[in-house]
Parts: sequence; C-alpha cells; structure tokens
Amino acid sequence: MTISLKPRPAPAPVSAQSHAPILAAEQLSYTYPGRGYDPVHALERISLAVAPREFVCVVGPSGCGKSTLLRLLAALLHPTAGQVLFEGQPLLEPRHRIGFVFQKANLMPWRTVLANVQLPLELQGLPQAPARQRAQELIDLVGLAGFEHARPRGLSGGMEQRVAIARALVHNPDVLLLDEPFGALDALTRERMGAELLRIWQARTKTVVMVTHSIPEALLLADRVLVLSPRPGRVRLALEVPLPRPRHRDMEYSPEFAALARQVRETIEAA
Amino acid sequence: MAALPLARPRWPVPIAPETDVSRGSCFMATLESQSKYPAPPRRAAPRPGWRRLAAGAAVPLSLLAGLAAWEAIVRLNQLPAFMLPGPVVVWRRLLEVLAGGWLLWHAGITLGEILGGLALGVAGATLVGYGVSKSPALDHVLTPYIVASQAVPIVAIAPLLVLWFGVGLRSKVLICALIVFFPVLINTVVGLRSVEPDLRDMLRTLRATRRQTFAKLEVPAALPVWLGGLRVGATLAVIGAVVGEFVGADRGLGFLINFGRGQYDTALVLVASGALVAIALALYGLVAACERVLLAWRA
Repeated sequence: MTISLKPRPAPAPVSAQSHAPILAAEQLSYTYPGRGYDPVHALERISLAVAPREFVCVVGPSGCGKSTLLRLLAALLHPTAGQVLFEGQPLLEPRHRIGFVFQKANLMPWRTVLANVQLPLELQGLPQAPARQRAQELIDLVGLAGFEHARPRGLSGGMEQRVAIARALVHNPDVLLLDEPFGALDALTRERMGAELLRIWQARTKTVVMVTHSIPEALLLADRVLVLSPRPGRVRLALEVPLPRPRHRDMEYSPEFAALARQVRETIEAA
Repeated sequence: MAALPLARPRWPVPIAPETDVSRGSCFMATLESQSKYPAPPRRAAPRPGWRRLAAGAAVPLSLLAGLAAWEAIVRLNQLPAFMLPGPVVVWRRLLEVLAGGWLLWHAGITLGEILGGLALGVAGATLVGYGVSKSPALDHVLTPYIVASQAVPIVAIAPLLVLWFGVGLRSKVLICALIVFFPVLINTVVGLRSVEPDLRDMLRTLRATRRQTFAKLEVPAALPVWLGGLRVGATLAVIGAVVGEFVGADRGLGFLINFGRGQYDTALVLVASGALVAIALALYGLVAACERVLLAWRA
C-alpha cells in the first residue's frame, strides 16, 4: 500500500444511492443498563446507510445518542437490538478498516508525537523502519512536521487533535468515525481544523461519519447531514447538501447555505 | 477545643473568572493548567553572592551545629557513654567496627534480607494487584484478608514467622515481603485503575491484544503510581528486616543493635542505626533514580 499525498482532483459529490453502502445500521437500538436508576434508551431503531467515500455528519441536541451511535458503528458497543453491517456483513468487533477519532485526542503522554502516530502500525506488527516512514508521512499530511519528537503535553489542543487524526489514518482505514473531534477547541481553531479535515479527506478519500453539534461545520463538510431527535435518538432528517466541492468557508454567507442551516436548526428545535 | 478562627474556611469560596468550571471541578482545571504549561520562573533576579553561599552552606553548617549541640549536652550533663556517647566516641566506634570488617558483614546480611523481601513482596503484590484490578470477584474475596493482614501489626506476627520459618534468612525475607506487600499492592491497583477508559477504547478500535494493552498502555500508565508504592515499600522493607532480626537472629544490623544494647555499647547501637539509615537512603535514592529515568516523559 502506498500513501498518495497528492490531492486528487475535486471529488464529485457522492450520493448515498450510487453505491452499495460500506457501513449501514439496521433498526439499531441501544439502552444503557441503569444501575440504581432507570435504564436510558439512547437510540431507538435507527437505520442509516453510508456510501463508500461519502462524508456524513450527524447533528442533534446534546444527549440524543450521537456518540452512542458512533460507538455502535465502531463496534465499541454492542446494540441491544438491530445490527451494524460493514460491507454487508454484521460487524461484531472493531476492525482495522474502521478508524476512530475521539472527542479527546487520547494521546499517550509518555510517547512522542511520532510514536503516538506509529502506534496502530506497531500493534499490527509492522517493522520499525516502514512504520516510522508511514507515520512521518501522516505527520506531514496533518501539518505537524517538526513536532515529531514533541510530547503531547507540549502541544496545543488543535495540534493534539491533528496527531489523533494522523494516528487514525496511519494504517489506512477505509472508514473514519469522528466523535466531535473539534468539540473541545475554540471557534477559530475549530474552523481551521474543519478546513484541514476537508483537505485530508480530499487527499485520501475516506468514508467519514462525523458527529458534531455545529450546524455550519456539518454543512460545510458533509455530503449528507443526519439530524437526530432527542432521546431516544431517531433520524429526524437526512439532508443532502447540494453545495459544490471544493467547498470554501465563504460559502457560509450564501443564501443557499443559510436556507440549509435554517432547515437543520428548525428540525433540531422542533424535535 | 478552642476555636480556630483563622483556619475556618469562608464560604462561598469565590471562583476565579478564568476557571472553567464546566470542564470539571476548579481543582481539575488547575491541575490541567499546571501540567500543560511550565511554571514561570520563581525568582528572576539572581541572589547576591554571599546569600547564595549561605544557602549552600546551610546544610553542612546545621549538621555541624547539631553535632556541637550533641557534644555539649554530653559534656555539660557529664553523661556516661552508655547513656549517650558523644559524636567523637561514636565516630571512633564506627572506625573500629569498619576496620574489623564486621559492620559491613552484618550490613550485607541485612541488605540481603531487605532485597529478598522487597523482590518477593513487590512481585507478589504486583501480581495480586493486577488480578484484583481486573477481577471484581477477586477483589471481593481478597480485600478482607489484605486489610486484616494490615490491621495486625508486624511486630505481633514477626515472632510467629520466626517460630515457623526459623531464625535464618527465610523468616526475615518473609517479614520484609509482608510489610512491603500492602503499599505496593494498593499502588498497583490504584495505578491500573487510573488508566483512562478512553485510551482502552482507543486500543480496542485498533484491535490491540490483551498483552499489547498490558505492555503499551497499562504498564506505562500505572508506572508512576506503582513506583510511588515501591518508594514507600523500599523504606518499609528496612524496618521489616530489623523487626525480624530483633525477634530472633544471630546476625544482621538488627542483631547488632540488640547486641550493643545488651553490652551497654550505646555507640555500637548508634553506629548500626546509622548504617540502617544509610541503607534506607540508598534504596530510596535508587528508586528515585529509576523514576527519573523511567518517567522522564513527565519532566
């Protein structure tokens, strides 16, 4: 496998119907067992399908089970009912081909940036030299060249999250699940990281499912935005985003964008 | 009890505007900010030369003053040597036992007991601690025994151990191991439980095996707390060896202290005690050195 760092020509928007879904949820329900309190129905019969190379954002009021949905899609949790299909097969345990980026960067503080990014390859038993080279390429991709030997505590929140993204991409997964990866960042850093993510996505063309609570972020990044209802979460709205690619932050000021944002916001508030 | 108006906290404690309460307690926020950024330099202006000299000389000077006070107490009260020998007498006794070679011989015996007990106790405590942290059932079953073993003072069980395992090395090693066990066990459990669940999940998404999770996450994450337990254990092991030797032994520094006391050779008691202090300090320093090397990433 080689990693191409060249950005491919502007990808055409992919609609969900054009391919067999790479990742799908069928009638997915999840209930957190209550210990000393009532069990919490986080998700109720959610179905969705993600096409290969599609960028899907999941938005919804806080506590609607967005993160639970993502954890189910990664098989970090097992559904109480329904199933997750990965390439048509039931997904019962985490896969190398599904990468996950958490809300927190989750770096190992005792490892350098390079060693953190190298971790997935190390776990797969790749020899040191090629692993190091691959990690270096990813560090360059996320714009952290020169920080290879820094420790996480010396990095800013945005830089930490870049390391986390590089780590999630280093073993070249087909699907990237992002759980509010920029949630802890300030607004400006967050915008910049969104643009970075878009650039990386365009360079590497992954299937991405990202949970966020920022409507503009979702509209700017995604091919499709799913709006979840409050607990128990259900899909309220699946909105195709017809904005052309490559996208640019200035699109936020277009009337088309405003109309879409309004539609999403009203769906969330009506819920 | 008299009221302590100064110590009484004044509620409500005002929250500083820069403290981000939403992300956890103020305490957490402070911890985070401390770990994230280097502390500002404490004092920018260099001290005047003579003050720095005084600071450097403080320790030797205080030591010298202490020795002088000691000698003065002995002389002014005209204390006999068996009550309290002066520093000069103790020094002479030290040179004597050193020249005879038997101080080092006894110290070697005690050090062997300490190291053996430390190895046994640390290994056992780490294994049991790993099991307890992994299995709630094991935790449930073992905790009463572990706590009970701590509730009984070591001086109470030591004679029994000597009775069962003889006056030789074995009983001392066991006593040391027993006294080392608890702090290392607790710190192993606390260290392993402090591993962030999110990091575990992260490794699960990467399909890490149990062994990989242990080697790449649990060991490095638990190491700081575990080494803290080792630090306490190393000093306690010295006490364990002496307790064992007090109860019944014909060699070792504890025996030497007992022997000196019987002979009213108080200088010998002080010399042997000094040797014990030296061993404890050396062990503590060794663990601290390990920490500096293994936890260099925290600097």
